[in-house]
Amino acid sequence: MFDKILPYLLSGISVGGQYALIAVGYTMVYGILRLINFAHGDIFTAAGFFMVYIAATLPVQIAMPLVVVLTVILGFAVERVAYKPLRSAPRMSVMISAIGVSYLLQNLMWYVTGGLAKQYPTIPWISNSITIGPATTKVVTIVTPILTILLVIALVTIIQKTKIGMAMRAVSKDFETAQLMGIKIDSVISTTFIIGSLLAAIGSVLYFTNYTSVTPTVGAMPGLKAFVAAVFGGIGSIPGAVIGAFIIGICENLIKALGYTTFSDAFTFALLIVILLFKPTGLFGEKISEKV
Amino acid sequence: MKKILALVLVLMLSVSAVAMAETIKIGVFEPASGDNGAGGKQEVIGIEYANSLVPTVEIGGVTYDVELVEVDNQSATDKAVSAAQELVDAGVSIVLGSYGSGVSMAGGEVFAAAEIPAIGCSCTNPGVTSLCDYYWRVCFLDPFQGTVMANFAMDEFGAKTAYVLSQLGDDYTTGLATYFAKAFEGMGGTVINEQFTEGTSDYTAYLTNAINGGADVIFCPTSTTVAALLINQAASMNIELPLLAGDTWESSVILDAAKGTNLTICCSTFFDENDESSTQAAEFVQGFKAWLNANPDKMTNNGGNDIVAAVSALGFDAYMTAIEAIKAADSAVGADIAAAMPGVTLTGVTGSISFDEIGDANKDMAYIKQANTETGAFDFVKTQTVAELEG
Repeated sequence: MFDKILPYLLSGISVGGQYALIAVGYTMVYGILRLINFAHGDIFTAAGFFMVYIAATLPVQIAMPLVVVLTVILGFAVERVAYKPLRSAPRMSVMISAIGVSYLLQNLMWYVTGGLAKQYPTIPWISNSITIGPATTKVVTIVTPILTILLVIALVTIIQKTKIGMAMRAVSKDFETAQLMGIKIDSVISTTFIIGSLLAAIGSVLYFTNYTSVTPTVGAMPGLKAFVAAVFGGIGSIPGAVIGAFIIGICENLIKALGYTTFSDAFTFALLIVILLFKPTGLFGEKISEKV
Repeated sequence: MKKILALVLVLMLSVSAVAMAETIKIGVFEPASGDNGAGGKQEVIGIEYANSLVPTVEIGGVTYDVELVEVDNQSATDKAVSAAQELVDAGVSIVLGSYGSGVSMAGGEVFAAAEIPAIGCSCTNPGVTSLCDYYWRVCFLDPFQGTVMANFAMDEFGAKTAYVLSQLGDDYTTGLATYFAKAFEGMGGTVINEQFTEGTSDYTAYLTNAINGGADVIFCPTSTTVAALLINQAASMNIELPLLAGDTWESSVILDAAKGTNLTICCSTFFDENDESSTQAAEFVQGFKAWLNANPDKMTNNGGNDIVAAVSALGFDAYMTAIEAIKAADSAVGADIAAAMPGVTLTGVTGSISFDEIGDANKDMAYIKQANTETGAFDFVKTQTVAELEG
């Protein structure tokens, strides 16, 4: 019995890890700006394309850090160009701007790549096959959850122990007061986007090593599911996003194992609705008490 | 003064009318992007090559230049309608394409409303022609193709159980999967049917289901984009089951993905470049390869090599059929060409072409090929005709 379930579990944990790396980006931005950054999934896709084009000319060892840097610059630029000028605008305007950025990036990628699927380069070692009990899979399947957890621990440490982390917590608690206390709000927000994009870039390397085709719309589905994971875990909470992502990844694959392959996506989104109905703050979300 | 001005105006009008009258537009309705973009481009180069050989057509004793109007239907049924409308607005007399049955069906309604005939190159779903009076096609159909592959699965691999995977809501894959399942069950086999949704990246769960279900073969007639993912994951899972598919898989995308793996991958298709029984085909292969090598950008559209894809051959035949139809109608008006279509016959590179009352080419032979994972080319396995299946 376990023999049969193991492959599904493995792929569930791996998918969960990838969702988690994207979900952290959503949840951090939300925690600080109260903004759902719809462009996040497309930044993830862009990281995939950066790798495709850079690895065509440079060895993978050099390409990888370059991809991370470029993705971070892209995330930073998106915030500066599309969100910062709208800092004092109503929250809805920023949200619409985010949707605009998402479509702009998607269509730019469509234009540049010609809309055809590009083959992702083979990353040494993590692309190899390994056998675990009865299941054969790629090394990346095992690496993903471990790396995800390590990165998240590092991130939580940064937020708890460092000065910039303290500033982040302050800003997420109270935007205006933090500003009055002398926190440079713009640099805190930029840092958030930089960390989010960094994780998205790493997530994209892991994701595309598993699923080696990059298309302009490939980020849409994982992006949406990561968003559901972030809401499930309680948006704004980093551990919540990670646990939510793993639960969704594993459940999806177990549902496929039961034979309901067609319903696995429907399950994810049904879960979103149920959570919003019964526990709008998610598993670990903070209770919001509106001040009068 | 007024008279001179009027004269000049009349002259200008007549001059431009003459200039206009000497061109006939043929619409190319193909995906250049999206899931089927790679295949669509290969079909287009077949059409372009045909156009380079026969760039003019005589109508009523006047030589018309043939102008190709290409649009990208993006492999999506919602985009296909506006792409089809674009062709109608451009004033095309006849349309060629598309790769992909779903987009052809979506575009068909627009062409029918505008009374413009369309010739499908490689769209194999029966609905393309049976649901649209203005659609013809030069290739065989899915009921035949599904039966061919079901027979092949049983004869070649002794399969008792087949795992059939198709994309939810896609006319081509669900259609072909259904016909395969019907034929396979008709011969006493068992079928496990599963579907995935558009945008799925993870196929490991489906492959595991196939193994756990005790399947002997996997039949997965998907788009090439999905195929690349599927093959890659099957390879990393060390899947030993043969992967079978339909005509879409005869593509360099498959060969690239399969190279260096231990997988057994077979597909049915319309044409084999090494088939020397027909002089037309041999001539076409030779000319087409030379043309590709002379045009680097066309070579890129072919996937970077000069392997002749069946869809390029069908694109070629569709263009030639269109030219014959225009000659037979002796008119550049869409409705006239449509009226002449049923009577058109010609010897194409993919075999002789004539149409039945629904508008389908009377074709009865499929080629089965296997991807050679060492050389990165397709090996010819066998041909199969309808008569053999019934006999």
